[in-house]
Amino acid sequence: MNHSMVKRGKNANIKLKRWLVGVKGNDGILIRTLIYSLLIGIGFVYIYPVIFMASFSFKSLEDLLNPLVNWIPSTLYMENFKQAYQVLNFFPTLLETLYVTILPALAQTAVAAFVGYGFARFTFRLKNFLFILVMMTFIIPPQVTLIPRYLVYSELNLLGNIQAFLLPATFGQGLNSAIFILIFYQFFRAIPKALEEAALLDGAGHLRIFFTIAIPMAVPAIIISFLFSFVWYWNETYLAAIFFGDQLTTLPLELQKFAASYQKMFPAGMDESASKLNEGIRLAGTVLSILPLLLVYFITQKWFVEGVDRSGITGE
Amino acid sequence: MKKRQFKMKPSFAYFFLAPWIIGFLAFTAFPLVYSFYLSFHQVSLTTEGIRTSFVSLENFQYAFTVDGVFIGYLTVFFRELLLSVPIIIVFSLIIALLLNQKIRFRGLFRTIFFLPVIIASGPVLKELQDMGVTTIPSIEEVFIYNLASRNADQFLSGILLYVLDNIIMILWYSGVQILIFLAALQKIDRQIYEAAMIDGASTWEIFWKVTLPSIFPMIVVNTIYTIVAYSIFSLNPIIEHIKIQMFELETGFGYASALSWIYFVIIALILVLVFVIMNSQSKRRYA
Repeated sequence: MNHSMVKRGKNANIKLKRWLVGVKGNDGILIRTLIYSLLIGIGFVYIYPVIFMASFSFKSLEDLLNPLVNWIPSTLYMENFKQAYQVLNFFPTLLETLYVTILPALAQTAVAAFVGYGFARFTFRLKNFLFILVMMTFIIPPQVTLIPRYLVYSELNLLGNIQAFLLPATFGQGLNSAIFILIFYQFFRAIPKALEEAALLDGAGHLRIFFTIAIPMAVPAIIISFLFSFVWYWNETYLAAIFFGDQLTTLPLELQKFAASYQKMFPAGMDESASKLNEGIRLAGTVLSILPLLLVYFITQKWFVEGVDRSGITGE
Repeated sequence: MKKRQFKMKPSFAYFFLAPWIIGFLAFTAFPLVYSFYLSFHQVSLTTEGIRTSFVSLENFQYAFTVDGVFIGYLTVFFRELLLSVPIIIVFSLIIALLLNQKIRFRGLFRTIFFLPVIIASGPVLKELQDMGVTTIPSIEEVFIYNLASRNADQFLSGILLYVLDNIIMILWYSGVQILIFLAALQKIDRQIYEAAMIDGASTWEIFWKVTLPSIFPMIVVNTIYTIVAYSIFSLNPIIEHIKIQMFELETGFGYASALSWIYFVIIALILVLVFVIMNSQSKRRYA
């Protein structure tokens, strides 16, 4: 080998370049630092409101007014949460929220599995037409169907009743039903038919095959659909406010009228210092209203994040 | 033989599809037709039931002439959509590309970027907006200072200010899109990259010539998803306006139906336009 000075210099240069920029363009230290700092920067912007909420909800009035107290409250002030808990009527509201979200989510998942299976496993004349129709329902704004639904429900005395959510969900017309049908369609298409064909030869009926063979295989899709459905129903306030009226309520709906409820519960003027609705109390209410969702998310986040991968929305 | 037998009973398909077909007719098709019918009527609720009287196109005329706010809301909506959707798509693509690198804590980052999808309901965002937490104060100050000192032109600075004011809202809309892009990126065959690199393509060229064309269908999907999600979000003033008109005595259900149909047609037109433009683009470039 020829060890001339020029070559050595060149080698060092290449080594330095490799170390900084990397060989394939993505393992150099410069690029890595850039990627990490971008991710951390954007990540910070993402959770900034959450940190803000958490920090301010623990602040007493003195802390809120004191410009020196920035992110970390001087004491863990729980009074905000106590008041917000009362204003939201937390526990009964939570139970009601679960009632009006879990049932429609279950119904929606069940019917999406059923319909998705029908699309995935059979060939029939109107298949393409019907499938396009299913996808079309995704772009119809709920406002267009809202008014007739409202009129019919009021005729049938279903307003203020969970049926207003449950009935459409049971028939595949719930929130974003098209997406869930698509998820199950893609899922069933991706798994081989051999087992079902064997069962069919052995004389099992289609319905039995669906329940004993297809459903047990579809557990991941079922979990993903249920979780997404649950979260979307939970966060739905526009339709819920119209259909449920005063009869049923959810945590987001209670949060929507937080200020009004607060005034009613702690009328101003009685005790000036204690009964003023401040940012701390409002944010404590916000934190309380999303706390159950956060819990669900941190336990099941793997399903949410990997769900989009697995659901096969991106095609094969 | 086996295969044929499995496909032999197409009639069973309708058994599986029956719930959806019934639901579609009862909860989607009928309401669509009925609200279209109502939009040409004056509707009043009486104790004996619903009374309708035909008013021809009056509701629609009212929307575009007398109702001062509706057109205003529509223009604002259209402008914001035009600004936000490209930003959301580009942002989510960049984040997905970053996450697609070999990095540590990928799971943690994905969890953070998806978090808004879980918690961002209308009332929560409303609270955050009221507190002014939808923008990062320090970033905004720097930019406003720069803009003022440079005396940039009105149009551009208007766009920049809107984006800065709503940076967190815009980012928070992109959770699902990031994951869809990420899933699509991971499906690209690594061999194509290797082949391109052997041929001497740079990372920059590979992005434009390999990555972008392969995920182009997902860009279309994400754009449509973003437009739909944006247009039905509960803080949107148009749908709030429709709700208010529903329970307004003077206007009522007939007028609200007309508004919802106008809105529906506009969204449908936007979607068709986007779809056609993007499709022709992809054919010209990548065919």
